[in-house]
Amino acid sequence: MRVYVPGDAAARALGADAVAAAIAAEAAARGETVEIVRNGSRGMIWLEPLVEVETEAGRTGFGPVAAPDVPGLFACDFNGGPLALGPVEDIPFFARQTRLTFARCGLIDPLSLAEYEAQGGLTGLRRALTMSAADIVTEITESGLRGRGGAGFPTGIKWNTVRQAEAAQKYVVCNADEGDSGNFADRMLIEGDPFCLIEGMMIAGLATGADTGFVYLRSEYPDAIRVLQRAVALARDAGLLGTDVLGSGRAFEIDIRIGAGAYVCGEETALLNSLEGKRGVVRAKPPLPALQGAFGQPTVINNVITLATVPVILDRGAAFYRDFGLGRSRGTIPVQVAGNVKQGGLFEIGFGLPLGELVTQIGGGTASGRPVKAVQVGGPLGAYFAPDQFDITLGYEEFDGAGGLIGHAGLVVFDDSADMGALARFAMEFCAIESCGKCTPCRIGAQRGVETIDRIRAGDSAAIPLLTDLCDTMKNGSLCALGGFTPYPVLSALRIAPEDFTRTDEAAE
Amino acid sequence: MTDTAIRATDIDPILADHIARPGPLLPILHAVQQAFGFIPEIAITRIAEALNLGRAEVHGVVSFYHDFRSTPGSAHVLRICRAEACQAQGAVALEEFARARLDAGSDGQAAAEGMAVEAVYCLGLCACGPAVQLDGVLHGRVDSARLDRLLAELGR
Repeated sequence: MRVYVPGDAAARALGADAVAAAIAAEAAARGETVEIVRNGSRGMIWLEPLVEVETEAGRTGFGPVAAPDVPGLFACDFNGGPLALGPVEDIPFFARQTRLTFARCGLIDPLSLAEYEAQGGLTGLRRALTMSAADIVTEITESGLRGRGGAGFPTGIKWNTVRQAEAAQKYVVCNADEGDSGNFADRMLIEGDPFCLIEGMMIAGLATGADTGFVYLRSEYPDAIRVLQRAVALARDAGLLGTDVLGSGRAFEIDIRIGAGAYVCGEETALLNSLEGKRGVVRAKPPLPALQGAFGQPTVINNVITLATVPVILDRGAAFYRDFGLGRSRGTIPVQVAGNVKQGGLFEIGFGLPLGELVTQIGGGTASGRPVKAVQVGGPLGAYFAPDQFDITLGYEEFDGAGGLIGHAGLVVFDDSADMGALARFAMEFCAIESCGKCTPCRIGAQRGVETIDRIRAGDSAAIPLLTDLCDTMKNGSLCALGGFTPYPVLSALRIAPEDFTRTDEAAE
Repeated sequence: MTDTAIRATDIDPILADHIARPGPLLPILHAVQQAFGFIPEIAITRIAEALNLGRAEVHGVVSFYHDFRSTPGSAHVLRICRAEACQAQGAVALEEFARARLDAGSDGQAAAEGMAVEAVYCLGLCACGPAVQLDGVLHGRVDSARLDRLLAELGR
């Protein structure tokens, strides 16, 4: 019998290791042979640890499983019982998705190259090896793929700039410094399907003439670090990475670099400085990283999800991918539903779903059962949206037009107990803690922002115009998105719940 | 290990492992901290010499990043996620509980002997918060009762 127990960090944080040990022990006690596969997560985090067994009817699931439940699963022969979920891919949350980037995540053993290939892996790379660099770039451009890290810059245009740059050495850098609260797609992808990221980086290398890749992975993700290091070693052993990629005569190597707990290193130029061994201070642009990036060389720098989406585009073609989505937001987006939500997890779907549907139907509303007060979209620099804005559809331009940003597509749901004044203060406090210190609006402004919100909350309503003025300065005067976007959560919180800014400490108790 | 017990030559094997890599400073600092639990002053001098950098430059890098520490750490470290998704699930109350339970001040420094309480901003467990990391191990859906049990298992 083949049993799947996720090795994903979220599943492990909820007891998956104990469940796997209990399954091994129970099987041994019964004299049964059980093969335990530590797959990635299917993304239904509220059901984790989600145990699956392979049956003639496909994979059926049980969850959330705790170690003491395991003897019961054996007793009913993994058939029925109170934790039974039926066929995993028929669970409505899963069945509604369009899984392109996350097609294999949770399905396969993340460290089995054979299973990766059996599920369509390396098809895109093999096709790319037969194409010219210009043709690969054209395919990506025509797919409509835009940067999934948040900025939404067209990937093909970025790649073309690097392709046309003249240099002896070029680099592909993967930004895996996923520090945004509410966002865990990068982590899940790396832990659940690391070869997909490796393949995407290799295709980026072929398209631009780069033979070296760096993955800048945050230190807060120990499981992702372990899985990716192992996957890179396996890829090297298999001749996928190295001096002769799949016998093509082309070279590509990947070096994994671990961050050191600085949020601002998710900003691409700060990341490049950190990669070079410097303080993670933001660089002024121009020069663009595409022309002078890592170590001063032309550099493709893309987010994990952007790069992990490249293989399916090369495999199925630009037109296939472009057919999903809405407006100028083409393809699919892995939405992460998080915070105070009943059904939290990762939901990949074509762009265009209304925000409210994601929160109330897909997410099932709040976990506490209380009304939703606000949803923060796109991480700590994203705006808060109230239920009266739930008709906004998921797309880059749509969120921009509504005074927010889609960011990395993480949604953090808050119920009516949330104190928006405290959350606005937190946004300024976070910016002050994490500011790299290079530009004044961010370095000083965030600190003054904390103080100004404290004044307002102490009863000085005359400080409200000061706060909005300060936000204007930060938004327009900061060098990067940290100082520039911190006003989004602050001003949107003020718009949604001005009363939360004026209530006294006594009232808040 | 105390600062005085570490010699410059203890740093050399680490330098040898990483110095040929492009941009070797962060990998070297991670390895030094892994080996000694912190970045001793003498390592900064040795690294600066080896990389042809000023000591101030190396010190500047060490002090920029939250992960690097210049003094030995506590035997046990409890990191509590303070980011928004965990706040939405009660992280603020959990942090207050932990500090009261461990008799720690708001900076975590006054923690009971051998146990530090630190803030962390996102562990990627945003759909199963509040999340904590206790001695490197991640835990999700942590309420005060569960944290109490985890600390009790450590004899706290």
